[in-house]
Amino acid sequence: MAQAAPVLNHSKPLKHGHNVKRHTGLMDWITTVDHKKIAILYLWAGGLFFGIGGLEAILIRIQLIKPMNTFLNAQLFNELITMHGTTMIFLGVMPIIFALMNAVIPLQIGARDVAFPFLNALGFWTFLFGGLLLNLSWVMGGAPDAGWTAYAPLSTSTYSTTHGVDFYTIGLQIAGLGTLIGGINFLATIITMRAPGMSYMRMPMFAWTTFITSAIILFAFPAITVGLVLLTFDRILGANFFEVGAGGNPVLWQHIFWIFGHPEVYILILPAFGIISEIIPTFSRKRLFGYSSMVFATILIAFLGFMVWAHHMFTTGLGPVANALFSVSTMLIAVPTGIKIFNWLFTMWGGQVRFTTPNLFAAGFIPTFTMGGVTGVMLASAPADFQFHDTYFVVAHFHYVIVGGLVLGLFGGLHYWWPKMFGRMLSEKLGKWTFWTFILGFHMTFFVQHFLGLMGMQRRVFTYLPNQQFDLLNLISTIGAGLMGVGTIIFLTNVFLTSRKPVGALDDPWEDGRTLEWSIPSPPPEYNFKQTPLVRGIDALWKEKTAGNKGMTPAEPVGSIHMPSATALPFVMSVGIFIAGLGFMFSRDDFGNAFMSFIFNNYIVTAIGLLITFGSMVLRSVFDDHGWHIEPEELEEG
Amino acid sequence: MIAVFGLILLTGCGRADLSALRPQGPAAETSYGLMKLSITIMVIVLLIVFSIAAFVMIRFRRKPGQSEIPEQVEGSIKLEILWTVIPLILVVVLAVPTVKAVFAAGNDHWNDKNAIKVKVTGHQYWWEFEYPDYGITTAQDLVIPKGKDIAFELKTADVIHSFWVPSLSGKLDTNPAGTINRFSFSAPNEGVYRGKCAELCGPSHGLMEFKVKSVSEEAFQKWVDGMKKPAAVLLEDPALAKTFKDQCLKCHAVGDQGISVGPNLTGIGSREAIAGILINDDSGVEGASVEENLKTWLHDPKSVKPNNLMPSPKDLGLTDEEIDGIAHYLANYKLN
Amino acid sequence: MTTAHAEAANGTLPHEPEKATLEGRNKVLAFWLFLGGEAVLFGTLFATFLALRNQTNEGPTANELFHLPLVAAATFILLVSSLTSVFAIQAMHRNRPAVLRNWLLITVVLGLGFLGLEIYEFSEYIRHEEFGMTTSAFSSAFYTLVGFHGAHVAFGIVWIGILIAQLSRKGLNVITAPKIYVSAMYWHFIDVVWVFIFTVVYLLGKVG
Repeated sequence: MAQAAPVLNHSKPLKHGHNVKRHTGLMDWITTVDHKKIAILYLWAGGLFFGIGGLEAILIRIQLIKPMNTFLNAQLFNELITMHGTTMIFLGVMPIIFALMNAVIPLQIGARDVAFPFLNALGFWTFLFGGLLLNLSWVMGGAPDAGWTAYAPLSTSTYSTTHGVDFYTIGLQIAGLGTLIGGINFLATIITMRAPGMSYMRMPMFAWTTFITSAIILFAFPAITVGLVLLTFDRILGANFFEVGAGGNPVLWQHIFWIFGHPEVYILILPAFGIISEIIPTFSRKRLFGYSSMVFATILIAFLGFMVWAHHMFTTGLGPVANALFSVSTMLIAVPTGIKIFNWLFTMWGGQVRFTTPNLFAAGFIPTFTMGGVTGVMLASAPADFQFHDTYFVVAHFHYVIVGGLVLGLFGGLHYWWPKMFGRMLSEKLGKWTFWTFILGFHMTFFVQHFLGLMGMQRRVFTYLPNQQFDLLNLISTIGAGLMGVGTIIFLTNVFLTSRKPVGALDDPWEDGRTLEWSIPSPPPEYNFKQTPLVRGIDALWKEKTAGNKGMTPAEPVGSIHMPSATALPFVMSVGIFIAGLGFMFSRDDFGNAFMSFIFNNYIVTAIGLLITFGSMVLRSVFDDHGWHIEPEELEEG
Repeated sequence: MIAVFGLILLTGCGRADLSALRPQGPAAETSYGLMKLSITIMVIVLLIVFSIAAFVMIRFRRKPGQSEIPEQVEGSIKLEILWTVIPLILVVVLAVPTVKAVFAAGNDHWNDKNAIKVKVTGHQYWWEFEYPDYGITTAQDLVIPKGKDIAFELKTADVIHSFWVPSLSGKLDTNPAGTINRFSFSAPNEGVYRGKCAELCGPSHGLMEFKVKSVSEEAFQKWVDGMKKPAAVLLEDPALAKTFKDQCLKCHAVGDQGISVGPNLTGIGSREAIAGILINDDSGVEGASVEENLKTWLHDPKSVKPNNLMPSPKDLGLTDEEIDGIAHYLANYKLN
Repeated sequence: MTTAHAEAANGTLPHEPEKATLEGRNKVLAFWLFLGGEAVLFGTLFATFLALRNQTNEGPTANELFHLPLVAAATFILLVSSLTSVFAIQAMHRNRPAVLRNWLLITVVLGLGFLGLEIYEFSEYIRHEEFGMTTSAFSSAFYTLVGFHGAHVAFGIVWIGILIAQLSRKGLNVITAPKIYVSAMYWHFIDVVWVFIFTVVYLLGKVG
């Protein structure tokens, strides 16, 4: 098993020529380029940050449990809301989305790996180190406090004097780089690595939404990178992009932020649409209703997503023409979204719906997400938004979309693919408890917030005066948040108990699996498919099943399988960027220590970091990775 | 869910002087009208989706022993067209009044001779109101004549704030120079309305409140005249008067004395609240007496509004007696 | 894949060696995608520059600052370097490693010339015109946009330099060919970006 040979520059592979270096333990995880292991890394890291963001949310809700509460001070509260938003979006849910994409997409399209295993690892490690950098702020002088939107001038060094916002700008640039790399990788993977017969219009919906999401990432993330660079330059180099006194323009930040920020919303929700579109057909035993219109709707949502950003800025004062245009374009998004909702409902129509845990989450998703969707349309009406904007109505709306939509989708997806990822079924009983506590807690927390907003409670307030009729609703909301916490704890218990069970999940543990990932063992071998499958229609495995075949028909004879080599370079490169970022951030500080001040103030630390990163790139370029091979005999043994 | 609904009905729709659901002026009415229209449409949509969802989830549950394969329906073009066209129609129904209201809200009354002009400046964490036509400046309490269009020009002295009086109108941001905003609203009835800052502006963002006082035209004129009068004798105790002048008036103004770096204090005794949030209520229900509130504020301003820019009078060397004396003086500094 | 390797081993290259392997095709495709992202990056920087280009804060204006002859010379050098990298790829397709290497060398030298002119230009502004990063919103936008491009050129020079070294050591094969091909794509891209910078920053600065 541990033997293979470099074959390049030889006309014949030299079998068993060299030993392949295989790592174990921690080194295995640091050096892995296997998409399935990277998926697990994304899941644990995303889970960790999701937990941190969840704790922040609980603290926020405790502070708001009653008027004029003194549980948290105002500054800490602002740091918590900033970090809650930033952590949840960039470090919590996006990595878990990437975890599912990594775990599932290559399997669903019948590929042995992603197009760029090395870049895949690099994307993960840069995300992780960016996230760690951002969270280091808690222990290094204070977290960012200008909101996750970091509006200038509040986020400039004049008004936010700690390093908090620097951690935000630099941490997000590094994490964003990882996301961008991941996006490009999945685009290329889906374009070039599909199994024979899998045309675009035979791809599973989750592959489609991953494809479109990756395209949005590609075109949205560079914009926020530029925004963050400008803010960094303002704060550290004394540039004037947002300095009004020197001609800068704070409204420019809002445009750049939301040109990224709105597509980001679809980066989050489209994968959830994909997950739901996998779960519902499986547990209805029916193919997805209106597949081609679902694909079309996804593309349309992504397209419209880029031309609605200013609806976040109706109260900035853009004038009636802009407000009218962006109102109408935003409302239009309701149309493709509605198409999706009805197609899911009609997938169940006439089917045999089985309420397993994944399907409970999917079934809960539909009405909950619809509620978030309709408040979105309400917000699109600019003159009404003059009232809604920056109130708890908006908080309720986006939590309905992101938690009621995406997080329910992610929970559904995790329960659904857990056996495929880990070879163990999560407990159905605990899963159902997770669902009911979480969704009840969710509606308790956020439904009342619509009314708080309409009754005059603005968002991001660390406390509120009594006698405003806010007290009871806030109390309900806090209790609900506690219930969501309980749901999450039940899920973690489920994960822990399941991890102690032996690996024993079937290839197709839900029995009605329709797509390629259910045609191979759980968890899959490191090469995924011994023979690349031949795809003969949409829902490839289902098609074979109904034709009476036991599994997929192979598209190739059994042969030697080329595998990429494990490498620590992605990890080292990310460490380099991390050091460079930290060095740049503190380049203007006086450390009270001549040596420290010298190496930071002269950008020596930054240079060392960059040297590590670029040096690793050179190494990667100069020493070609020839990979290694798994031979047919070894496949038989396995 | 029903229990939650019930609770919400019990609490009503919020305070009349604060809630966007109880509009007290035409601008808020417009927003409220659109809210009602959109909520109606959306509730219909929700009912349809919920009904279909409930139906399929109950009717098409897999029954024990059921093993035949359901028909694999590809889709239906008729249905797809149906649920594309109907939402489109609903969107148009909402979009037309929206666009109309957007352009109506864009009306600029700044050059309207009958409108009262007010320049609003947001500060961390208080509001400054300048009446250019009358040459007066005040803070925290925006006094307006009822029924008249009030034309606002909004700007900020520091970070972005958002000027919001929910019961009278939607909000608009106060931006730095170069992106100054104008809009207008009116209050047909007399009354006091609560205003808030709606854009995160620092630690005390949540406490950056103000009041809008809609009064009769005569009362407004009287108030303007009172504001224009030179300040009366500062304080009877000459030593305290000197302290007040040397310390307080370095940032504040009373009548024609002092400068307006901090909030203008002219007639502070007759305002609705101290620092925007310590509500003056002699009955003690919603707050405390003016003098008590002033004492609370002056003894430790940072504990009332974290990170506000006012130095603590104690740090400036004022004794407790001096602070109480100044509080007493300010509490009795009324306009009428 | 094996056939391509066999040809490489025999000293003959497939017609388009950069696309002969799956890895090569993936690399070219992903690089196109990457350039799409880069286009958004520069687009945002251009938008920022356009929004702030008249905010000179009583510092030098574009019209006072720019000397078109110098910039025109830099433009000419970079355009020629784009042409030489086309010649390089043509040589690669004809399987002429030595010619390829020479064209790449000329490209690098031209790139260095461009970079030298840019550094000279910046230092003139900073030393003689008191026009630095902190002068005005216009200066910040100028240095960030043009500097980002300059950093791209510098990265490209180092990159192509390393590829020249690899070419000498490993020869031209299906591994090195895609690398050279995407570096040429990159070089054309920064050339195109420069054309926009020349127009939007310099010409518009002189005219508008």
